[in-house]
Amino acid sequence: MKKNQMIEKIIHGIFLILGLITVGCVLVITVYLIISGLPAIFEIGFADFIFGKEWASTASKPLYGILPFILTSVYGTIGAIIIGVPIGFMTAVYLSKMASPKVKSSMQSAVSLLAGIPSVVYGLVGMLVLVPGIRKLFHVPDGASLLAAILVLAVMILPSIIKMSITALDAVPKEYEDASLALGATPIETYFKVSVPAAKSGIAAAVVLGVGRAIGEAMAVMMVAGNVPNMPDSLFQSVRFLTTAVSSEMAYSSGLQQKALFSIALVLFIFIMLINASLNFFLKRERD
Amino acid sequence: MLNTSLSKKRKIFEITLKLLMYISTGLTASLVLFLLLYVLVQGLPNVTWELLSTKPSYITERIGILPDILNTVYLVIAALLIVLPLGVGAAIYLTEYATDKKVVGMIEYAAETLSGIPSIIYGLVGMLLFSNSMGTCLLAGALTLVIMNLPTIMRTTQESLKTVPRSYREGAFGLGAGKWRVIRTVVLPGCVDGVITGCILSVGRILGESAALLFTAGFAHAVNGFIDGLASPGASLTVALYVYAKEQGEFGVAFAIAAILMLLTVLINFAASLVQKHFEKRRNV
Repeated sequence: MKKNQMIEKIIHGIFLILGLITVGCVLVITVYLIISGLPAIFEIGFADFIFGKEWASTASKPLYGILPFILTSVYGTIGAIIIGVPIGFMTAVYLSKMASPKVKSSMQSAVSLLAGIPSVVYGLVGMLVLVPGIRKLFHVPDGASLLAAILVLAVMILPSIIKMSITALDAVPKEYEDASLALGATPIETYFKVSVPAAKSGIAAAVVLGVGRAIGEAMAVMMVAGNVPNMPDSLFQSVRFLTTAVSSEMAYSSGLQQKALFSIALVLFIFIMLINASLNFFLKRERD
Repeated sequence: MLNTSLSKKRKIFEITLKLLMYISTGLTASLVLFLLLYVLVQGLPNVTWELLSTKPSYITERIGILPDILNTVYLVIAALLIVLPLGVGAAIYLTEYATDKKVVGMIEYAAETLSGIPSIIYGLVGMLLFSNSMGTCLLAGALTLVIMNLPTIMRTTQESLKTVPRSYREGAFGLGAGKWRVIRTVVLPGCVDGVITGCILSVGRILGESAALLFTAGFAHAVNGFIDGLASPGASLTVALYVYAKEQGEFGVAFAIAAILMLLTVLINFAASLVQKHFEKRRNV
């Protein structure tokens, strides 16, 4: 009997450790990023690093200002949201409220497919369709630009926005809509003035999820944004994002340059943590 | 009929929104169709047996993607072998053992955080954690993928565990079984569907992953066995696509890989929905 109890205790311990692994992973990732990211920020100086307008890591007198990357990531994300959210939201309302079950289920599998397409495939199609398209349409010397990245990101965040909005809209109690219809509102008025406000936390969460996706995407934007550390002054500027700044120089960097790349990752991580926190806030409100 | 009695303002509202919904849905649908057809049309003609069965050779100046296919398979196998026990174990702890609400909340918050971290950050941390100690190799890439897929396996297993009725466990306890025995004989068989769903989702994610592998698994194109392969650097299909398209301008090969990835994505989505339907049906019986 004692032996059995011992075994039970050991097994309980093993499962406890397995359960805590995720917590351990988060801690390790956070600690590693802080430890490897802080030294360069101190060495360069916080203000020079965050607000420096020029990144010239390989120059004889190197400059490490990441403001161009931060602004590019912010503008790129805002652009993707401006294009992607209305399309995704309207699609979600249609699929959740108006579409026949057959249309709904086939569109939902189409959206899942969109979510499953690897980001390098988006990058490849962007490189060969969008980039030349922008060059010809706007008569600019190079189509690899902020605009190309925004368009690719807008497509890439669509599935998250559609899926999550549909879930939120499907969960709106039927009674709300019935009451509105009975009072003489048309179905469309009911969807937009009753169902959508009732699902607003879920839809907000969908937008925040899209922001997280857009700001974290690396490979696709690396292939279409031109990857030059310019300030994002115009849509046709060749730019570099926070994510691509980390990956484009990692292969050959060393010393302070490499440490600065880790600092960029730390900045990106802080952005993501803030986005996650607001996502959780909206999800919690949705549940209540 | 009803519409005729609506005021002009309401009519415009109605028509505008309806139109916007149709346009948006049409746009989304045509985007999916365009991407699918464009990639397949550009890629499939380039998929030849020679491409699939050889490695890149400087002598014949031909590119083969056999090493990249093998590397991807090794990555999937290695990552799943490691992540399955960890994820299933964590899910069992959460549903069967954990009594402290704070601990459960902490673990679930950690899992949510993990699924929100972008893959480039995983790549960087994987490089610091694994590649700096064991060198750039497939195993380092696989371990990075393990952390990324942990939340997926955990969540799907947890969901299927919740559907195992309380009474089954109570029955087993009532017959005198210990906790471990109940888990082995009652709980584990009940979570098979969650584990399978989780595996399919993870395979899809691993196949599509590139940013996390760039600095952990490397770029090499050598044909290796499983064990040797894990110990040496190698490019997955996605990383190979990136290198061929961005750095070497070999768009034919890149599109061939893209077409293969696209077909695999379709297949995985199909499998996932099939499995889901199958288990739902069984549960309702």
